[in-house]
Amino acid sequence: MRLRNIAADFRIVSRTYFRNPVALFFSLIFPIILISMFGLIFSSTGGGTVTLVVLNEDHNSHDSVAFLAALNSTHVVTVQVVSVSTQNFSSYLGQNDQPTGLVIPDGFQSDLTNRTPVNLTLYTDPEDASSAGIAEGAVQGVAAYFNLQAVCGQASCAPVVGYNTANVGSQVYKYIDYLIPGLIGFAILTSPMFSMVDIASSYRKDGIFRELSLTPITRAEWLTSRILWYVALTFVTSGIMIGAGVLLFGAHVTLTAGLIPFLVVGPFFFVSLGMLAGSVAKTPESAALIGNIITFPMMFLSGTFFQVSSMPAGLQAFARILPLYYVIDGMNQVMLYSNTLRAFTDLLVVLLGSIVVFLLAIRLFKWRDE
Amino acid sequence: MSAAIEVDGLVKHYGTLAAVDGIRFSVPSGTVFAFLGPIGAGKTTTTEILEGLRRRTSGEVRVLGLDPWTEGTELHRRIGVIPQDFRFFDKITPKEAIEYYRALFGTKVDPKVLLEQVALADKINSRYDTLSGGQKQKFGLALALTNDPEICFLDEPTTGLDPQARRAIWAVIRNLKREGRTVFLTTHYLEEAELLADQVAIIDHGKIIAAGSPAEIIEAHGQPARMSVEGSPALAEYLRMNLGAAAVVEDGKVSVSLSDKGDALKVLTAIEASGLPWTSFTTTKDTLEDVFVRLVGQMDEGALKSQGAP
Repeated sequence: MRLRNIAADFRIVSRTYFRNPVALFFSLIFPIILISMFGLIFSSTGGGTVTLVVLNEDHNSHDSVAFLAALNSTHVVTVQVVSVSTQNFSSYLGQNDQPTGLVIPDGFQSDLTNRTPVNLTLYTDPEDASSAGIAEGAVQGVAAYFNLQAVCGQASCAPVVGYNTANVGSQVYKYIDYLIPGLIGFAILTSPMFSMVDIASSYRKDGIFRELSLTPITRAEWLTSRILWYVALTFVTSGIMIGAGVLLFGAHVTLTAGLIPFLVVGPFFFVSLGMLAGSVAKTPESAALIGNIITFPMMFLSGTFFQVSSMPAGLQAFARILPLYYVIDGMNQVMLYSNTLRAFTDLLVVLLGSIVVFLLAIRLFKWRDE
Repeated sequence: MSAAIEVDGLVKHYGTLAAVDGIRFSVPSGTVFAFLGPIGAGKTTTTEILEGLRRRTSGEVRVLGLDPWTEGTELHRRIGVIPQDFRFFDKITPKEAIEYYRALFGTKVDPKVLLEQVALADKINSRYDTLSGGQKQKFGLALALTNDPEICFLDEPTTGLDPQARRAIWAVIRNLKREGRTVFLTTHYLEEAELLADQVAIIDHGKIIAAGSPAEIIEAHGQPARMSVEGSPALAEYLRMNLGAAAVVEDGKVSVSLSDKGDALKVLTAIEASGLPWTSFTTTKDTLEDVFVRLVGQMDEGALKSQGAP
């Protein structure tokens, strides 16, 4: 492979791209729209009644019971009191598939009486942002009511009842935290796949491959230049998404060097796959169809918009054969969980897949006829 | 003069169809060679085989001494190709395209000089999708010259262009020849071939049906020159009686075939001597187009007969 040829082609691709308003929109503006849209949808407090599992450690004191009654009277949550240890409460919620829970601490009533600040703990599941929003709204409202009416009696009084949030499971993650790696994965999948499938068939139809075949650039060099272009684009798009997530929704992400390999190997895989899909198709129409058949299931089932763990078991098993699952899971591991070993395994799966698909694409994509 | 292209017994089958059926020709270096034929005759297939873009079924092909299919990479450094209906990246300018090809070929050509050569310097910074049909063809031509090729393959370079743009391309082709390059030209315009080509081959149904210089082909396959005057059937009868010449009347014109230059004087003297009224005499000669139409027509009749058509 000659770097000079790759660089020359890279310049042509970037010029073509920067002069195409539609391409620019989908690379630079669409990510912000996407993240805003999903962020707003799933961060909003919609209607509906949510079961709020409660651990009352204040031994059914008058005020704690009154607090729970007030929560029930909001009609947006239904209180369900359980009796488990504080240590096990989070995992109890997880095991029983309960998205929200509330702990009223021991001494709640006496703190209220003494006007000593007391914090409840609200557990929510970031995968179920809608329930989390409803429960949080209800707890917030009732706490405010207690602060104003039951305790202070006047609006200027300092609040006594507050609440902390915690996750069902162990850590505190919001939906937006999962959404960022998911949507970066979405961009890594869709942008190269749709473009390359189209390029593979339209360049062949328009004779542009034929033109290129008469120059010294090889298919491998040409494809490498496209991969490098989409890697560059992925870095820009990811930066925009992370920036929008943090600025608009206060997302929590860890930016580590461990993210970089996924932003390189992801486009490597999907540029090659797009080229392969476009090469096996006989017409632009069938190329688009093949591209869609490959892209759409991956777009929704690989953990882009929803965590794979929240899907039914059968779909979870299906997700694990989708290459994008490993890209997104790997990014989740480095951006959220700092689980290097699992991230490395994910990376290895995608890398090996990329090499195979790249070689197949080079072999099957012909730019001159027999 | 050495041969830039040598073809011997070239065959290309698509399934059971023989698109090219054992053709043989050679193109001397530094000449313009026109490859003619009706649509579907095998022109493009042959050209693509010579360019190394299509694999042949059998036969021997050498372009600059190289096998175009197996030694295509080396060959492509030494030839320039403009396909029919040249297409390029929509948003790229001629200057950027030449710089791109220059980097790929590792040459040092100046885009401005190259574009001046094809009369497109004024569009150096215009994007491909803003150019007219003729300008796009010139763009393709300039790009094909980036690697300073020894042979230029021009596949119907003037199809769909207006007369002015066509003449501009002709000037470029003449210039290529002056620079010592070999030009392999396919065209539908017989007038173009007659004007530009040193050698011509006509292909039909995958076979070469005529080859040589335009004059040689006309000489071999054309009808004799004719003299025509506007006159009556009586004049035609007079000429038949007195000259023994085959005089025919059509649309008020009396035409007589001339077997050599001297016949013209004899016919004119006889016409004058007849005392019959006549006006405006003209002499006509078959063009390459007349010969082409006749030859291809004969082939079609043959083909129809062989298929059992009435």
